[in-house]
Amino acid sequence: MKSNSNLEKVFASGQLAVTGELGPPKGTNIKVIEEKAKHLKGMVDAVNLTDNQTAIVRLSSIASAKILLDIGLEPVMQMVCRDRNRLAMQSDLFGAVALGVRNMLCLSGDHQVFGNHPQAKNVYDIDSVQMINMLKTMRDEGKLLSGDEIDGEFKMFIGAAENPFGDPFASRVPRLAKKIAAGVDFIQTQCIYDMERFKKWMEGARARGLHEKCFIMAGVTPLKSAGMANYMNNKVSGISIPEDIIKRMKGVPKEQQAEEGIKIMVEQIDELRKVEGIKGIHLMAIEWEHRVPELVERAGLLPRPKFD
Amino acid sequence: MIIAEQKPLEEIREMLGDAKKVMVLGCGACVTICFAGGSKEVGILSSQLRIAAKKDGKELEVIEDTIERQCENEFFESVKDKMKEADVVLSIACGVGVQTIAELFPDILVLPGLNTTSFGRPKEPGVFAEYCGGCGDCILDLTGGICPIARCSKSLLNGPCGGSENGMCEVDPKTIQCAWHLIFEKLEKMGRLDQIEKINPPKDWSNSMSGGVRNIVREDLLEVKLES
Repeated sequence: MKSNSNLEKVFASGQLAVTGELGPPKGTNIKVIEEKAKHLKGMVDAVNLTDNQTAIVRLSSIASAKILLDIGLEPVMQMVCRDRNRLAMQSDLFGAVALGVRNMLCLSGDHQVFGNHPQAKNVYDIDSVQMINMLKTMRDEGKLLSGDEIDGEFKMFIGAAENPFGDPFASRVPRLAKKIAAGVDFIQTQCIYDMERFKKWMEGARARGLHEKCFIMAGVTPLKSAGMANYMNNKVSGISIPEDIIKRMKGVPKEQQAEEGIKIMVEQIDELRKVEGIKGIHLMAIEWEHRVPELVERAGLLPRPKFD
Repeated sequence: MIIAEQKPLEEIREMLGDAKKVMVLGCGACVTICFAGGSKEVGILSSQLRIAAKKDGKELEVIEDTIERQCENEFFESVKDKMKEADVVLSIACGVGVQTIAELFPDILVLPGLNTTSFGRPKEPGVFAEYCGGCGDCILDLTGGICPIARCSKSLLNGPCGGSENGMCEVDPKTIQCAWHLIFEKLEKMGRLDQIEKINPPKDWSNSMSGGVRNIVREDLLEVKLES
């Protein structure tokens, strides 16, 4: 075991893993985390804690991870390259491991122009591929990027994101291969709506045996309304929602659109778990944490495995 | 070349305050090529300042001149007397030009009329694009001659990130091309796609501004100066 995390154990047991996501509050109100966490407990194997997602300042992912651990939920601590240089990253990683964090997700991070401090100076000292490799070196060799030895154990299950919907498409399988070569253990994809393109990407990954070199989790986000579908399709870069899904959402009255979104999500999960090489589902129910029990139940993802 | 653009007229007027005699000094080098600080722009800006002052009922004399390069000492010989007569010299050179004046003429108040933005080139008429980040450790050999430090919004060394769509960068899909999309296509055309899967290691930023101020001292040239 690389980390002994619950998530790693689920993968090792050969069962389909399920991760959720929790957006920390825009302030110090930890009740928000506790409230959201309540709905996720027992419903997912681990929970991603976003790190200033969309470049909006929020309670730090490291502190949120500790709060989650105290509640008895396993965190996947996200870390972006936008806000920290290699010194701050490694220092915070020490802190995270010392506090009991065992899963990480390495991300480039959304550019600060999209957030609430567009005037900020970004860092990007190292990128996400380099961060993966840095973590692997810290874990497997007990060394910092500088080569200095780490005092103490450093256990971590190393994750990263992949976006099969970013362009150029032909670069997306090589990029997955690069993250694997850098040392990634698991991948969570961007939310999938364009099933055809996703399957094509997986086909490319399988052709190179990449699906056996890391655990690939398919990202899913339930659509709450036709408006949300439109917004994500037009405004969120790297997400494309096929016309038939948008039509389906628009085709029902407003008050039934959330239900339609859930139906679509259940169908998507059914389809995704049949794709060869998919080892888990990453459920990003954005500001819908309280609906997660219903979502995982209806998607047939319960009960979640337990280990001693 | 260095790319710059003129500051908004209102900001310039605010900086000038109650100065009665202003010299607008242009530069014949990079900023002339990017239509920001050459003799033509000196003329336009001077007229704008005169008209604005007149409209506000303020007294203002504007002297116009342009020298070959504001970054080198010798070119100031022909204008130094005129500069000293003015209350303010408004330099519309890059930041290097403004500082050269501040250093050579400590008694003159020099103000910047431009915002210096980048190292780049006039890509097409009216488009001045950033090409070099001045990082002090060139890696163009690895990236098909396309610089990810200057041309990727996140300066990624192992791109593209997920924010690349139809060849454009999500930061501004109208004007910014995704550098890693360009790199990928270039390496593909050159039959060097194997390069894209090589992990570029963390960069040594100590040669960039991160390592402190970069002054190059060439001993060989120092000696030449002493001998002559």
